[in-house]
Amino acid sequence: MNLDYLFDGAHWDFASGSIPQLIVSHLWYVLLALALGTVIALPVGLYIGHTGRGSFIAINAGNAGRSLPTLGLLMLMVTLLGLGLLPVLIALTVLVIPPILTSAYAGLRTLDPGVVDAARGVGMRPMQVLFRVELPMALPVLMSGFRSAALQVVATATVAAAVGLGGLGRLLIDGLAVNDYSRVLAGAIVVAVLAVLLDLVLAFAQRWIVSPGLRASK
Amino acid sequence: MKLIKRLSAVGTAVAMAVALTACGSGDDPLADDNTGASSAPGTITIGSANFAESELLAEIYAQSLEAKGVTVKRQFNIGARELYLKALQDGSIDLLPEYNGALLAALSSGGAPEGVSKPEDVLGALKKVLPSGTEVLEQSPAEDKDTLTVTSETASKYSLKTIDDLKPVAKDLTIGAGPEWQERYQGLKGLKELYGIEFKEFKPLDAGGPLTVNALVKGQIQVGNIFSTDSSIAVNKFVVLEDTKNLYLAENIIPLIRSTANNPTVTETLNAVSAKLTTENLTTTLAKVQVDKQDTPAVAKGWLTENGLV
Repeated sequence: MNLDYLFDGAHWDFASGSIPQLIVSHLWYVLLALALGTVIALPVGLYIGHTGRGSFIAINAGNAGRSLPTLGLLMLMVTLLGLGLLPVLIALTVLVIPPILTSAYAGLRTLDPGVVDAARGVGMRPMQVLFRVELPMALPVLMSGFRSAALQVVATATVAAAVGLGGLGRLLIDGLAVNDYSRVLAGAIVVAVLAVLLDLVLAFAQRWIVSPGLRASK
Repeated sequence: MKLIKRLSAVGTAVAMAVALTACGSGDDPLADDNTGASSAPGTITIGSANFAESELLAEIYAQSLEAKGVTVKRQFNIGARELYLKALQDGSIDLLPEYNGALLAALSSGGAPEGVSKPEDVLGALKKVLPSGTEVLEQSPAEDKDTLTVTSETASKYSLKTIDDLKPVAKDLTIGAGPEWQERYQGLKGLKELYGIEFKEFKPLDAGGPLTVNALVKGQIQVGNIFSTDSSIAVNKFVVLEDTKNLYLAENIIPLIRSTANNPTVTETLNAVSAKLTTENLTTTLAKVQVDKQDTPAVAKGWLTENGLV
């Protein structure tokens, strides 16, 4: 067990299969899955949270989604669709949806009903209530769901390498295949550092987009 | 009523306490794992590589030994050769099915010696390079080679019969194999050095497994590393390209064992198995696992019964 692979400068030159190139492809899978997952889960979560209708969907979809093994789902998708980015994206998106969906729902449901009532009382329309009162106030909870989704998907995007794609999983899978533990260790360390950095970035983003008034109340 | 409730509560508590004690005083379920690395005397730990045939052969070894009263521990599906040879050398496993040519190539620095490709020559060369503390038993006539395989459409499109025919067209083709191919001589390195072939792209998939077959059928790779006994070749009417320069040596199936685990009973039993194994009966038996989706232990038992070994 050693750090030779990680600290070998040749592995950091930007070439095919180098660590920087694997980081870029890894982040690409992560961003695509997060974007796709948000586009699907956020509106559904907001709708359920705002109207209170179909909350069993939010809870059950959340639990069911979390219990699906990503690698198994990926292999199933590859048998159905063949190799490529699409099966990986589907498997990772399924992973991303539950935390975003449940946090959007929970963020709205746990608001002080008096605040929503007051917003209606001053004559806001339902959409104004949602976007100008409920959503901004639910942002801290929503962002924590998004951050947990991001952390999970950074760690799990390594499965892409199991079906011939790139990403940091290449270091893990190729390293295991040829018994090069130094490479496996390098992959594990880079994934971990990447996860921490991404969470830091999102933490700063959260500070920036959450209203200062809400921060004080915590 | 209150009294009854209290009594039943006490009863439950006593019963739970008894049950917990029983758990504690029984066999420690972890004890076996703790000694797993250096298995109990008389126990043989059998390993296998991470593909169906290796597991089938390991299961055949296991059941034949069990029939002779040997205690066997199964540690199958370990990984590629780079990984399981290490497990054999550190004593985590004692025995596994190997392929003489691939093992020779893996153990010789700079690839297999030149001009060695016949089964008996390969065996002779192999015995000289075996790691100390390990030995091979008699090799079987059954062979399973690495191949470069294409679909019949690809074969007729580029008129491919041999690996050599790939040379002018390889720059347009994608090859799929296990990730270890990137660094093995009997992989991309040998194809480049011996045949002068460089592919457009290498897709790291699995060792001749379902991913590779699937990718070949769907046209996502044009050339795949499939093992010669694989029934998917016949099922999908794949074309196996002839290895005219003998990059892939003889690949007879041979038991590799730690000397400390070997004894006359084991040698005799496994030699009897090797004598009965042929490329043909291995191919049809493997098809029962890969095509008919039967369980490996049942298929292994069937083969042993047919050949009068259990």
